[in-house]
Amino acid sequence: MDLQTITYIIVGLTFALYVAIAIWARAASTGEFYVAGKGVHPVLNGMATAADWMSAASFISMAGLIAFNGYGASVFLMGWTGGYVLLAMLLAPYLRKYGKFTVPEFIGDRFYSRTARIVAVVCLILASLTYVIGQMKGIGVAFSRFLEMDFDHGLYVGMGIVFFYAVLGGMKGITYTQIAQYCVLIFAYTVPAIFISLSLTGNPVPQLGLGGKMADGSYLLDKLDLIVTDLGFKEYTTAVMGSQLNMFVYTLSLMIGTAGLPHVIARFFTVPSVKGARSSAGWALVFIAILYTAAPAVGAMARLNLTTTIQPEPGLHLAYDERPQWFRNWEKTGLLEFEDKNGDGRIQYVADEQKNEMVKVDRDIMVLANPEIAKLPDWVIALVAAGGLAAALSTAAGLLLAIASSISHDLLKGVFTPTISEKNELLASRITMGGAVIVAGYLGLHPPDFAAGTVAIAFGLAASSLFPALMMGIFSRRMNKAGAISGMLAGLGITLLYVFQHKGVMFIPGTAFLGGMEENWFFGISPNAFGAVGAVVNFTVATLVARVTAAPPAHVQDLVDYIRIPGINKQVRLETSG
Amino acid sequence: MSDNSNYWKANLRLVLFCLAIWFTVSYLFGIILVEPLNAIRLGGYKLGFWFAQQGSIYTFVILIFFYAWRMNVLDRKFGVHEK
Repeated sequence: MDLQTITYIIVGLTFALYVAIAIWARAASTGEFYVAGKGVHPVLNGMATAADWMSAASFISMAGLIAFNGYGASVFLMGWTGGYVLLAMLLAPYLRKYGKFTVPEFIGDRFYSRTARIVAVVCLILASLTYVIGQMKGIGVAFSRFLEMDFDHGLYVGMGIVFFYAVLGGMKGITYTQIAQYCVLIFAYTVPAIFISLSLTGNPVPQLGLGGKMADGSYLLDKLDLIVTDLGFKEYTTAVMGSQLNMFVYTLSLMIGTAGLPHVIARFFTVPSVKGARSSAGWALVFIAILYTAAPAVGAMARLNLTTTIQPEPGLHLAYDERPQWFRNWEKTGLLEFEDKNGDGRIQYVADEQKNEMVKVDRDIMVLANPEIAKLPDWVIALVAAGGLAAALSTAAGLLLAIASSISHDLLKGVFTPTISEKNELLASRITMGGAVIVAGYLGLHPPDFAAGTVAIAFGLAASSLFPALMMGIFSRRMNKAGAISGMLAGLGITLLYVFQHKGVMFIPGTAFLGGMEENWFFGISPNAFGAVGAVVNFTVATLVARVTAAPPAHVQDLVDYIRIPGINKQVRLETSG
Repeated sequence: MSDNSNYWKANLRLVLFCLAIWFTVSYLFGIILVEPLNAIRLGGYKLGFWFAQQGSIYTFVILIFFYAWRMNVLDRKFGVHEK
């Protein structure tokens, strides 16, 4: 059997599994549609959260980022995991105690304001939609590379699958498919990592192999440092990204942003208790950490394999005609390019732009090409394709649910037609879910020019608007409507301003009035890392405004007690007014 | 009510303690003190590098379970656990 047939079989089997789960886990009520009936076991919810969280970017791009940035890429490793500490201690248990369906609903109730709820809906939709475009692109790319189906058709198939299980099952269907998708993606990620670690260091545990010795007796990381500095690149284990301050702020932005992303928070509405929400955050991080601690090994080993293939010994360069099969395969995709600048028929791969002949090495190919570089069997390569798809599909579904429920529950039921019956709300949420899939698919097919910069926006929005509002709503009894709304708008405003002034208004080239140049960055902080500054602005403005305006009414202060203390059972009277 | 406010204070103390560790392993060991720590070796790892790419993540996991366990104890101690 050839590789393509095996890939079709493995991907087809996983898709059949997702569809079967969707039929089994149909949602019959709005409670099941929005929060899976609040009956998901904390360990299973942790697994679903891990799949929800780990996107095509985690699966495909992160190891590549690490491979080419070395130590500097630590901001992603710490940022995307440390956020769970904040989530577990500052948000998840309290929002679970609050016990309703969506993030904007909490903001609306806690700040007794429909305006606050609508601001939150806008932030949520902007953050989730920009994030989902990347997933859709990931689905299309995975199909086109592995199944040799064109990008558009691949995207239609992926959309069809998501449409089917998300519309039918809502959160309940998504939860159980995400559990299956987690199993697929983690298996697909660790199997090649184990094989590669074993072949390079003799240790089957990649996390240990990275700190282990190679066959020649030298430590793997030392050897890697030596090889890359020989070629003029920065030392792998000490290469800083920007400056130390930039790394600090970048990590903080990713952590706060992670904790404030609504599709992740929504997962903690599905467990049965406050106790469950606390432990579930821990389980989520266990399942995430399995991949995130393996990724540094995958990245470093891929860099080593790639470099030693091209330059087996110092001064000895691989002849272009003798390049391996994977090299030829990836050249066809245009993601790997060689240009014989000095005409000697050999490949020089060095840091110096003038002499470097590997004119393009797309970092996204690292995970996908890894099994081929390490000469692993075909079924492993097919598995990686299924894993990448699982990662993209699970995240897309979680994001789409967050968007659909904020439209049907927060806008329709909460603001425009409060008298809607449960049956009609369920129908409306299915229709908005269908609509969201189609919009996301359209944006995946016609990605706006700003797609590349959207990660900055998604995390920036979550960090500068949603996280501070939620946290102050829980931890400050004094925080009121005026404070929360002005804080959200100020945090949001300054973050957008900073990103736009460096990357262009709505990312339109030429409208960046301060330019993208590093010398214009505020203390050298990159636009992607600005969310933390936005969060500080939000906290400051909110606190100042709340101090000079009236304290929240008594029933809201009761609500704060209700969410803080697990044992208070009396239902607090909740009122929402303009 | 005073019992509830003592419970809340105990919770805040616990959160601050956990966040101090959270800050130490990532921002302090992984970024600010990375250079001096890199002088120390952990097998093939430089220690600062290890904290930034491995150690901080392991600590985060332990920290969340520690917090969950301590909070469950506090819930019972103050009689505010879910019934």
